Amino acid sequence: MPPSEHELRLRQRLSRLRNMPLLGGAKLSGELDRLQRQLDRMGEEATDEEIWQSVELARHEQRPYTLDYVERILDDWFELHGDRGRADDGAMIAGLGKLDGRTVALVGQQKGRDIQERADRRFGMPNPEGYAKAMRVMELAERHGFPVVSLVDTPGAYPGVSAEQHGQGGTIAASQAVMARLTVPTVACVIGEGGSGGAIAIALADRVLMQENAIYSVISPEGCAMILWRDAGEAKKAAAAFKPDAAHCLELGVIDAIVPEPQGGAHTDHDAAARLLGEALREAIDDLADIPGDELRRRRRAKFRSLGVFA
Amino acid sequence: MAKIDVSVETDDKPAPPPKHPNTCPSCHSHYRDDELEAALWVCRQCGYHFVMRSRQRIDSLADPGSFVEEAADLHSEDPLHFFDLRPYTERLAEAEMSTGLADAMVIGQAAIDGRGCELAVMDFAFMGGSMGSVVGEKVSRACDSAAERGVPLIAITSSGGARMQEGILALMQLPKTVAAVEDLRDAGQAMISVMAHPTTGGVLASFATLGDVLLAEPGALMSFAGPRVVQQLTREKLPDDFGLAEQNYRFGNLDAIVPRPELRPALARLLRLFDAPV
Repeated sequence: MPPSEHELRLRQRLSRLRNMPLLGGAKLSGELDRLQRQLDRMGEEATDEEIWQSVELARHEQRPYTLDYVERILDDWFELHGDRGRADDGAMIAGLGKLDGRTVALVGQQKGRDIQERADRRFGMPNPEGYAKAMRVMELAERHGFPVVSLVDTPGAYPGVSAEQHGQGGTIAASQAVMARLTVPTVACVIGEGGSGGAIAIALADRVLMQENAIYSVISPEGCAMILWRDAGEAKKAAAAFKPDAAHCLELGVIDAIVPEPQGGAHTDHDAAARLLGEALREAIDDLADIPGDELRRRRRAKFRSLGVFA
Repeated sequence: MAKIDVSVETDDKPAPPPKHPNTCPSCHSHYRDDELEAALWVCRQCGYHFVMRSRQRIDSLADPGSFVEEAADLHSEDPLHFFDLRPYTERLAEAEMSTGLADAMVIGQAAIDGRGCELAVMDFAFMGGSMGSVVGEKVSRACDSAAERGVPLIAITSSGGARMQEGILALMQLPKTVAAVEDLRDAGQAMISVMAHPTTGGVLASFATLGDVLLAEPGALMSFAGPRVVQQLTREKLPDDFGLAEQNYRFGNLDAIVPRPELRPALARLLRLFDAPV
């Protein structure tokens, strides 16, 4: 495609993004500059191959996990444990730390690096006790006026017998309800896999970000392939059909901005990935800091209530 | 008890359908249409609750002539141009033809035993009661309608979960309906949730479990993940009542299990209890 035509399409796409209500706000021009750079890099609509590459990068075993970012982005980190009733779920991290001198509460799923840790943390798939811990810490943040940062990285909520007995579905709903009630600024970023209900449980935020190579989806590619194609081997086709990549999520208005990763993906340089994520989180919290709490909550609910396409 | 038949959000394959829709899958008793209708689609022999269509449900609960449907003309779009083995648009058209509904939920104003309420009733026959943009929008509007009229919302759910064909926007219907219920709550109105078989996945994990009072029908599957997924992933032996209303009741996840013939009087009693003093 000759450059002039390419530029035209890019401009059209940007103008569409400019008209998206979700991108309104103080730092609109900064967002657009960043989008422009991202779109320059991405150029055209992601191909099926590129979508699958995102799936693979989002699950890359060297990709930074929640605690890798915590130690690089937050000072004075103090992890908080337990749901005050039943358990401490290692698949969900919660704690307090300083982001640029400001105390924030952070929640996020945590995958494991080695076999033992993976088993202990159930590959980042929380039980209801994990969501209960996140809710407890978000409510703590509300009491003390701390902004909430959530880092989303889960294949989904854990599908287990005791998870169901302890109300996995109801707990995921309750966690979203807690987020819908908060009057402190909230920022969520999908840093790897944003898998279905297990992800949205901690992602009903004022600003929802997504790293460049993260995925966010209603079901895993394998699960979708199994149901609709009756064959988990068709995962690539399924991913191409439901488009879990960041660019498509941005176009659909599901996320507010894409956080760039180092060339080649976040796993190539954890420090650089953390710098870029830290910048994006700071910028988002700065944008929200001066908005009165009840107005934040009103806008947050209105934003999510506007999502959907129907006639 | 009830055999689990489908879960849209998980990779469960539907169980083989019964030989005839009027044959009880539990005890194999067979009924004529009029017999089943007279018994509110409950097996007289074993108490099995057949899946009930939304219009029949509304007829069985609302005072005669009281139901005024809202937002009946909302239709799904196909934002992803989703195509699996068949295009989504074709599946939608087929579901509309076979059910006579525009999507998997019917909402409207109603009265039960003389007391006003808003009804939001799901229909499993429309693409497994899956929740996409239209279902989410109808929940949202039902919350607003209840708040505006100062009446409680009664939601009756039957759903395999989020509608995959709408991709991430289907997932976004979870926070959307949660936000709508929170707005209803702030407006001071009650929500009563009745979970019918099956209420699973994204519907269970959003508005369905946010009622002030949570009811379920006997034998209703109420699990976030389908039994087959749980078994495959954990290799745990599943208890016989895995994810059923009875198990949920035992673990404290429900206020009551209400057999279908007792549902209308139970809802009437709750509406009286939530009716603010004049």
